[in-house]
Amino acid sequence: MEQLKSPTSILTNDIRKDNELVIALAGNPNVGKSTIFNALTGMHQHTGNWPGKTVCSACGNCEHNGQKYLFVDLPGTYSIMAHSSEEAVARDFICFGKSDASVVVCDATCLERNLNLVLQVLEITPKTVLCLNLMDEANKKNIHIDTELLEKKLGIPVVTTNAREGIGLSQLLDAVKRVQTSSSGKPLSVPLPKEISFAQHQVAVTVAPLLPDFLSADWVALRLLCPDEGIDSSLEQCLGFSLYQNKDVKQSLSKAQADLHQKGYTSQSLRDRIVDALVRQAENIAAACVFASPESSQNLNHKLDRIFLSPKTCVPVMLLLLFGVFWLTIVGASYPSEALSNLLFKGQEGLTKLFQFFHAPSWLHGVLVLGVYRVLAWVVSVMLPPMAIFFPLFTLLEDFGYLPRVAFNLDHCFQKAHACGKQALTMCMGFGCNAAGVVGCRIIDSPRERLIAIITNSLVPCNGRFPSLIALISMFFVVGNSLLSPILSALLLTLIILLSVAVTFLSSRLLSKTVLKGQPSSFALELPPYRKPQIGKVIVRSIFDRTLFVLGRAVVVAAPAGLIIWLMANISIGSQSLLMSCSEFLNPFAQLFGIDGVILLAFILGFPANEIVFPLIVMGYLQSSIIIEADSLLQMHSLLIANGWTIWTAVSVMLICLFHWPCSTTCLTIYKETGSLRWTALAFFLPTAIGFGCCFLLNLVVSLF
Amino acid sequence: MSTEPISLLSQLREGQRGQVSSLSLSGEMRRRLQDLGIIEGTTILCLHRSAFGDPCAYLIRGAIIALRNCDSQKIRIKAI
Repeated sequence: MEQLKSPTSILTNDIRKDNELVIALAGNPNVGKSTIFNALTGMHQHTGNWPGKTVCSACGNCEHNGQKYLFVDLPGTYSIMAHSSEEAVARDFICFGKSDASVVVCDATCLERNLNLVLQVLEITPKTVLCLNLMDEANKKNIHIDTELLEKKLGIPVVTTNAREGIGLSQLLDAVKRVQTSSSGKPLSVPLPKEISFAQHQVAVTVAPLLPDFLSADWVALRLLCPDEGIDSSLEQCLGFSLYQNKDVKQSLSKAQADLHQKGYTSQSLRDRIVDALVRQAENIAAACVFASPESSQNLNHKLDRIFLSPKTCVPVMLLLLFGVFWLTIVGASYPSEALSNLLFKGQEGLTKLFQFFHAPSWLHGVLVLGVYRVLAWVVSVMLPPMAIFFPLFTLLEDFGYLPRVAFNLDHCFQKAHACGKQALTMCMGFGCNAAGVVGCRIIDSPRERLIAIITNSLVPCNGRFPSLIALISMFFVVGNSLLSPILSALLLTLIILLSVAVTFLSSRLLSKTVLKGQPSSFALELPPYRKPQIGKVIVRSIFDRTLFVLGRAVVVAAPAGLIIWLMANISIGSQSLLMSCSEFLNPFAQLFGIDGVILLAFILGFPANEIVFPLIVMGYLQSSIIIEADSLLQMHSLLIANGWTIWTAVSVMLICLFHWPCSTTCLTIYKETGSLRWTALAFFLPTAIGFGCCFLLNLVVSLF
Repeated sequence: MSTEPISLLSQLREGQRGQVSSLSLSGEMRRRLQDLGIIEGTTILCLHRSAFGDPCAYLIRGAIIALRNCDSQKIRIKAI
């Protein structure tokens, strides 16, 4: 198997500008690092309540008291000893990135575990500030922290923040400036067993002259004593040579190792003692500085987990939530959808009048109004409202901390498929956007399981595909417009999603039985505490960001596609239009799968963005049909029926909508993440084969009766 | 119900506590668990078993961590 490319980071290049302080923002996963980053820099890095949300580093500027800062938001990591590729990014930046100072963000409700990372960073550099975030939550849980004592024990400034409210940020910046300018302070050394610290000292003396100022000799010595492939290669890259090649170092190292061996240390027990020392130090410091009443702290969380995790209720609750999200999406989208379509098609009449007023040539009117404007109008009125509602709802669940629970509940199935339970998280991310889901797969440690997650990600429909599914369901399967119909639609959509999840399991299983053979690897998943979602903020942000994003993409992608379709319909070769020729050319092939040439053409032209597929289908029919306007679902339905659609056509289109090639952005992302054309091709053809295969079989069965 | 003494983390039932006596995992997973604070002497509380009995959620040093049985079988504990 080819090696997965590790995430190329901006961090390898020199990002520093004059008079700017480069500050690394590190911390355990899910401690509110991104919230702090956003609050400081005014940027909108997406935050979520599950470990591993930040998978690539983001940079952002801010200015405070005339000093410019460049903050680098590193992926969350439990330790400097990185395990996954995303953690390696964080490690390399802290160890070798030459940042001017580091801020380690800690969750005040779980300080002890967080201190492990703080201690590891302090071993490298004393220019560190501890940022105690989520103080409000800690207080609510009756957890109190003696920050003065903590400062004294660690020897660094401790700043309490509540990033959601923007509290404590200016104090944080002041502290950063303070540690950066202070010349005093040595890297902290965690008390080690006597023999180990003696060996460490021996090696440190010989490596010290070879190291640049920013690297601590004690730290490097310890890394040499228990070598780690990743750190070794990063260290070599940083220094430009391998320390193992140096004669003095080699000599002192082998002597130190021999001494340790004589005292009964194996390489495993040596590592164990070093980690133990860190954990125990963290335990001691936490014991002295944290005052908590343990019963109350876990109470509400535990009650919620009883509902969301217990065997009897977890599956029904999961289905109910899924159903609820879809129901709200369908009900919520119907009104704005109708209003928008009325407005936009009135706009079309207006535009037409305007063109007539200026005596514009009819081809210009055709290209701009009937081609570009109309496709845009459909994308905005039919596709946008469900997308703008589904996304924030989904983000709220994410904010609340439910997604890791889904991963917990589904892990058994993924284990059976010889895949990683965290794939459930990336799969859920795929509901929002498949490209984001593919990048999210970096949280999976094992390269084999990561590839499985990447390749199967587009088997779940993204935000851009939901509206098509909803439109088809409400046109063909839910007849009438009663109070019950949104419920029925949501129910059908839930079943469709269950189908796509089942196909994800089966394909993962298939992949791990064939091209990606292997056993499921170990995994440890943190289930973070539930947090009250910031409802207002989430809704405003995601509607705003999402709407602008989709609108932007509609202009970039849907407009040219509308133009192409119109041109194809109006440029004739011989006796018929290009569109007709194309669709007739595709027809025999398409009919094998129960669809027609126009549909297939729309899917092909929809490669850049899934949200334009359905508008393109309608557009294609309109160009060759007597019905001129199709501004409501009812009219669209009669348009589709007039073009020979049956209920089976609708089923086939839905199947292909669920399972076909990933959009161009996703394909590109898959290529970037895997660095391999072969895997990208597999990710392209696997869903395509599934979708078209299903339709072929369906068509065969249907044609028999 | 079995009366055998509990000696592996995977044998803990919901609500039971244990104290880690040794890890028989190796390599990366060993280090990962150590980074989460699972070392000799750490107290672990079993919180929830999932629908299929595997994985299981544990309270470890204030954080809830889910582990698969194949991993928790390799963590020896003393029941307390």
